[in-house]
Amino acid sequence: MSLWVDKYRPSTLAKLDYHKEQAAHLRKLVEGGDFPHLLVYGPSGAGKKTRIMCTLRELYGPGVEKLRIEQSQFTTPSNKKLEISTISSNYHIEVNPSDVGHNDRVVIQELIKNVAQVNQLDTSTQKNFKVVVLTEVDRLSKEAQHALRRTMEKYMATCRLILCCNSTSKVIPAIRSRCLGLRVSAPSVDEICQILTTVCKKEGLTLPKEMAEKVAEKSGRNLRRALLMCEACRVQQYPFNPERDVSEPDWEIYLRETATLIAQQQSPKRLLEVRGRLYELLTHCIPPDVIMKGLLKELLQVCDGQMKAEVVQNAAYYEHRLQQGQKAIYHLEAFVAKFMAIYKRFLEEGIADIF
Amino acid sequence: MLGMVEGGRRRGRPCMRWKEDTKTVTGLPLSELVRAVENRDHWRQVITTITRSRPRLDGTSLVFSTLSFRFTMQAFLKGGTSGLSKDKTDAASSNSKSQKTKEGKAKIVPWVEKYRPRTVEDVAHQDEVVAVLKKSLEGSDLPNLLFYGPPGTGKTSTILAAARQLFGPELYRERVLELNASDERGISVIREKVKKFAQLTAGRARPDGKPCPPFKIIVLDEADSMTKDAQSALRRTMERETKTTRFCLICNYVSRIIEPITSRCAKFRFKPLDDEILSSRLKAICEGEGVDIEDKAVSAVLKSSEGDMRKAIMFLQSASRLCGKDTTVSSDIILDIAGVVPDEMLEKLIATCSSDSYEDLDVAIREIIMDGFAASQILSQLHDNIVVNESLSDKQKSVICEKMAGVDKCLMDGADEYLQLMALFSTVMSQICHGN
Repeated sequence: MSLWVDKYRPSTLAKLDYHKEQAAHLRKLVEGGDFPHLLVYGPSGAGKKTRIMCTLRELYGPGVEKLRIEQSQFTTPSNKKLEISTISSNYHIEVNPSDVGHNDRVVIQELIKNVAQVNQLDTSTQKNFKVVVLTEVDRLSKEAQHALRRTMEKYMATCRLILCCNSTSKVIPAIRSRCLGLRVSAPSVDEICQILTTVCKKEGLTLPKEMAEKVAEKSGRNLRRALLMCEACRVQQYPFNPERDVSEPDWEIYLRETATLIAQQQSPKRLLEVRGRLYELLTHCIPPDVIMKGLLKELLQVCDGQMKAEVVQNAAYYEHRLQQGQKAIYHLEAFVAKFMAIYKRFLEEGIADIF
Repeated sequence: MLGMVEGGRRRGRPCMRWKEDTKTVTGLPLSELVRAVENRDHWRQVITTITRSRPRLDGTSLVFSTLSFRFTMQAFLKGGTSGLSKDKTDAASSNSKSQKTKEGKAKIVPWVEKYRPRTVEDVAHQDEVVAVLKKSLEGSDLPNLLFYGPPGTGKTSTILAAARQLFGPELYRERVLELNASDERGISVIREKVKKFAQLTAGRARPDGKPCPPFKIIVLDEADSMTKDAQSALRRTMERETKTTRFCLICNYVSRIIEPITSRCAKFRFKPLDDEILSSRLKAICEGEGVDIEDKAVSAVLKSSEGDMRKAIMFLQSASRLCGKDTTVSSDIILDIAGVVPDEMLEKLIATCSSDSYEDLDVAIREIIMDGFAASQILSQLHDNIVVNESLSDKQKSVICEKMAGVDKCLMDGADEYLQLMALFSTVMSQICHGN
C-alpha cells in the first residue's frame, strides 16, 4: 500500500490538476523536438517534481518509469571517495549533488560529463539527448554552479539538464541565463480542496466540504502536506468529523508552547528552560530556519506595531547569521534573548507611561 | 551506466562482424573492395570524404554518405586512378548534401549556438577587441588577453571565433586548449597539463599550406573561479612560454584575478549590449527562424535581459517554442518566462506598505513567496521602483536602499527569503509611514 501522495500523483501532462496552461506549454515544448535546459522553481509541495516527471514521460514514453537506484562512486582530487545514490532510467538520471556537501563540484564535473559524452545509439527512434535532473540546485556550492556553466553549453547536443530548486535567488545569473525558467506557484486553497475531494472520492470516502477547507487552510498551500494530513485524519477517525481539529504535527504545538513561555516571563532562568526546548526540537531534526520562522510567527502575536518591525528585523538578522554560522543553537538563543530584551523594555515603558 | 541495449542476441544468430557493416555501407562485394583498397591514396581520400560528409552517426546522413561513396567507388573501379579529379567534385557534392542534412537537423541546435558569431567581425558592439583581433588575424602578433564583462556579452564566442579563424578547423584541435570551471583546474593541472601543452612548439604553416601564427592558445574560461594558488602558478609559465603560447583568460569580475596576472595581459572590457544592437540581432534571428513577434514583446525581451545577448536569445527561443509555430509571441509570455513579477503585484505590495498594517504585509509577502517569485527578482524590481518614486524623500530612499543592499547580501549567503523580505518591507513600511 502506498501513500495517497504517491498513489494519485499524475503521471502525464494531460492529467495535471492545476496550471493547465503551463502544462500545455510544456507539451508544445516537447512536441517541438527541441528542448532547452529547464530551471523549475517554486515553493515546496507545489508540484515541481511531478511536472518534471510528466515532461520526461511525454518525452520518452512509459520507459522512464522503470527506475533503478544506483550507487555511483567518485574520487576527489585529494583521493577521497565519495558515494552518491542516483535514480535513473534508460533515458534520464536524477541526482541530488548537495548530498555530498562541499564536494558537489566533483559530482557535477564527473557525472554530467560521463552521461553527456555517451551518445544515444539509435537516434532514429529515440530522442538524441538524455536528461540529467539535478535537485536542490539552490544548495549547490558556488564552485559547482560555475562548473555547470560551460558544461551546459558544450554538451547541449547529447544532454539536457533539468534543474529543480525552491528559489532562484541562490542560483548564479550565469546559469539562470542558460535555462528556460519555469515558475511553479503553489496551488490555491480552492485547488487543494478540489484535489482532496477527488482523491477521497477515488478512495471511496466522503469528505465534508468544511473538512477539506480546514485541511487546505492548515496545509499552507502545500499540496503534499495537505494530502498527508488528510490521510492522517482518515487513519485517526472515519467517517470524518468536521468538528474535530485537524491534527497538527506535535513539533508545531511544542514550538507554540515554547513561544508562550518566552512571552510569559523574561528572565535568565526562563532562557535556560527555552534552551532545553530548542535543543529538543533540534535533536528531532526540525530545521533551525523552520524553528526560527515558527517562533517569529507566534511571538509576533503578542507584539504591537512598531515593535513588530524591530522583532522582524532581528529575526532576519539572526537567521542570516544562522545560515553562515556553524551551530544553530547559538543563533536561536540569541534571537530569543534579544526578543526578551525588546519585550521587557516595551513592557517597562508601558508601565512607566501609566504612572 | 546509461543507454543500455535491451535484450540480447537471439539464439543461434552469429555476432555481427565489422565486415557486414562495411558491406552494407559500401554496397559492394568484398572482392571489389579489396581491389579498391590496394590504391592507398585513393582509399584515404574516399574515407575522408565519407567521414566529413557524416556529421553524426544517424540514419539520414548515413544514406547520403553511402550514396556518395558508392558513386565514388564505382567511378574509381571503372576509371582506375583517373577518377581522382572526379571525386573532388563528388566530395563537394557530398559536402553540399551533408549541408542539407545538417539543415534538417538544425532544429535541434539551440539558437544560442546557431547564432554564435562565426568570425570576429560578427561580434557586435565590442569594437576595441575586434580591432585588436583583426590586426592579429592579418598577421601581427597577439598579446596575452584578459576578457572581462557581464555574462552574455560574447567573451567566449569572440576568442573561439578568433582561434578558429587563426588556425582553421583542422589545426584548431591541436592548437587550442580550452579549460573551464567544469574541468579540474587546481594547481596540479596548471603545473602539468597547461605547462606541458605550453611547451610544445608550433609550426608556421597549416597543412594546406596557408600561413598561420606560430603559437598556441590556452583559453582559461571562467578564470575568476580559479583558486589563488592556481593563478599564481600561472605567472611564470605565462612569461616563460610567450614564444609558443598565448593565454586568454575570461572572467566576469576582473577584481578576482590576481594583480600579477592582470599586469601580464591586455585587458578588454566587454560592455553590455545596447538595446539597438540587441533588438536588431533579435529581429534578424526572428526573420531567420520565421517567428512572429510583437514590438512590445521585443522590448520586453530587451528589458528583462539587461544587455545579456544569451539571455535574450534564450527567452526568444523558449517563447517561440512555448507558443508553437503559428502564433505571435506576446509580451506576456516573455515576462512569464523571465520570471518578472507583474507590475500590479509590486504596486499592491507598496500600497500595502503604506497602509501601516503589519498583518496585511505578512499575508501579501506570504502570497508572493507561495507564487514562487524569487526574492532577488522582487528586490531588483523594487529598486527600480523606489529610485524613481516621487512620494519619498531622498533620505527615505537612502535608508531603504541601504537595507536593500543588506538584504541582497543576506540572500546571496543563503538566508531565508521570507524573513529577509519581511525585514526589507517592514523597513519600507516604517519609512513610508513614519519616515518624516
